[in-house]
Amino acid sequence: MNFDIKKIRKDFPALHQEIYGKPLVYLDNAATTLKPQVVIDSITNYYSTINSNVHRGVHYLSQQATEEFENTRKNIRKYINARNTHEIIFTKGTTESINLVANSFGKKFLSHGDEVIISELEHHANIVPWQMICEEKGAKLKVIPINDNGELILKKYKDLITDKTKIVSVSHISNTLGTVNPIKEIIDIAHQHDIPVMIDGAQGIVHEKIDVQELDCDFYCFSSHKFYGPMGVGVLYGKEKYLEEMPPYQTGGEMIKTVTFKKTTFNELPFKFETGTPNVADVIGFGSAINYIKKIGIENIIRYEKELLKHATEMLSGIQGLRIYGEAKKKAGVISFLLKDIHPYDAGIIIDKLSIAVRTGQHCAQPVMDRFDIPGTIRASFAFYNTKEEVDKLVQAILKVQEMFG
Amino acid sequence: MTIREIEKEITEEFSMFDDWMDKYNHLIEMGKSLPLIEKKYRTDQYLISGCQSRVWLSAEMEDGKVIFKADSDAVITKGIINLLIRILSNQTPDNILNAKMDFINQVGLKEHLSPTRSNGLTSMIKQMKLYAVVFKTKMAQ
Ligand SMILES: Cc1ncc(COP(=O)(O)O)c(C=O)c1O
Repeated sequence: MNFDIKKIRKDFPALHQEIYGKPLVYLDNAATTLKPQVVIDSITNYYSTINSNVHRGVHYLSQQATEEFENTRKNIRKYINARNTHEIIFTKGTTESINLVANSFGKKFLSHGDEVIISELEHHANIVPWQMICEEKGAKLKVIPINDNGELILKKYKDLITDKTKIVSVSHISNTLGTVNPIKEIIDIAHQHDIPVMIDGAQGIVHEKIDVQELDCDFYCFSSHKFYGPMGVGVLYGKEKYLEEMPPYQTGGEMIKTVTFKKTTFNELPFKFETGTPNVADVIGFGSAINYIKKIGIENIIRYEKELLKHATEMLSGIQGLRIYGEAKKKAGVISFLLKDIHPYDAGIIIDKLSIAVRTGQHCAQPVMDRFDIPGTIRASFAFYNTKEEVDKLVQAILKVQEMFG
Repeated sequence: MTIREIEKEITEEFSMFDDWMDKYNHLIEMGKSLPLIEKKYRTDQYLISGCQSRVWLSAEMEDGKVIFKADSDAVITKGIINLLIRILSNQTPDNILNAKMDFINQVGLKEHLSPTRSNGLTSMIKQMKLYAVVFKTKMAQ
């Protein structure tokens, strides 16, 4: 398929608005992406017609809701090439998916003196849940360090692994530095020691083609809202053998087989991990997002984004006094930078006034900021509906900032 | 000058700017000219929490009036602090507590008040009023 950027931009209504009287330039895609019209339509459509609970009623609309909901699960299974549909668990986002695994896996498999490995470039969502469960269990949290380019140091990773290591959890792509981590290698190394690996794919699913069987990861999770779908929905993929053994994370309706006051038996996968009424409308909306992405083709998206990132990197590198943080050989989606002698907050305010949405601050990754000894960065993050012209507008805005604070 | 008079002065000053760029340039200038806080105050003890940029604030009592000094690592934040200090420093605790700070709306800085704006204009004002309460209590003793 031809990659028709003009046509693609028409699919995203939020692109066509003015902020402070000028067209919006949206470069905060790592925080959340915009939604194509088909996604918005499918949510509206759900509430205007089907609007029924799933897995409960025999009535027509409830069955229809269940069918569409379960179709989305199948759709996602296929999209990431999981072996089984029941290995796809709906959550409310990446954060909840990681909490689920940290708690449930932790409860079952972690004991005093055990070890969990994460990395220095993780989002807080892939730090704190592990920290909490380790504290509870008396386990130790170990951290793979990064080098000055923002790449994981694999040699150090190998050294961290001991016979006490119970799980490794790292991100696929860093939301702060844009580093694409060598997850295949990380997984293979762990597997040589029979250690399962969880991948935080919040950014990974957006910029890479995911095949969980080929990767052989044991868990992979992501958020719908960073992948052109609605907010409030996430996915946890887990290998059946672990999910079967893990205890429920939360309890209530939907996930139950039989309940008496003496004993409750839990439903089978995936329902064991899906408590209460799920976010049906948004799950269905996420299904539409995936169909939309499939239509454009993730390969086309990756190719286009690569070119855009290259252009942006070249343009930004050309600005005097600008330093890019995160210069990994393999990068995607994100450029974090600072301007000499200008606080990122100051820059952010002016860039905002120029109708450009970027993010400033620590990006929920304080350890990364500490590693580089900086207060935060300005982060531009790209999606396939962004253009080189928009990158150039960012460059102009940066020059304006330098002029104002110079 | 009374708080009200200073607020009026600032509002007039800002009414000269008809676009945001001039307004921010003015804030930046004011930020640059903010008298720096002494080094001993640039410690965690004086740090106001809830700011994306760091803000240090100290207060002392002199002849029944509160003297504020502050600093930040971001210039626009410093500009805003400068305004606050112009208004609230060298005033009695009672006057500080009663100040309505209407000028914020009038000069179009309201966006800095929202809780998501992590420069924490709100936290700064709160902290300044807190100091006023403390000094007032001390004076009453
Ligand atoms: C790498 C990474 N992990 C986890 C998260 C958390 O995702 P969510 O807030 O959707 O749960 C994010 C979001 O910024 C992220 O970029």
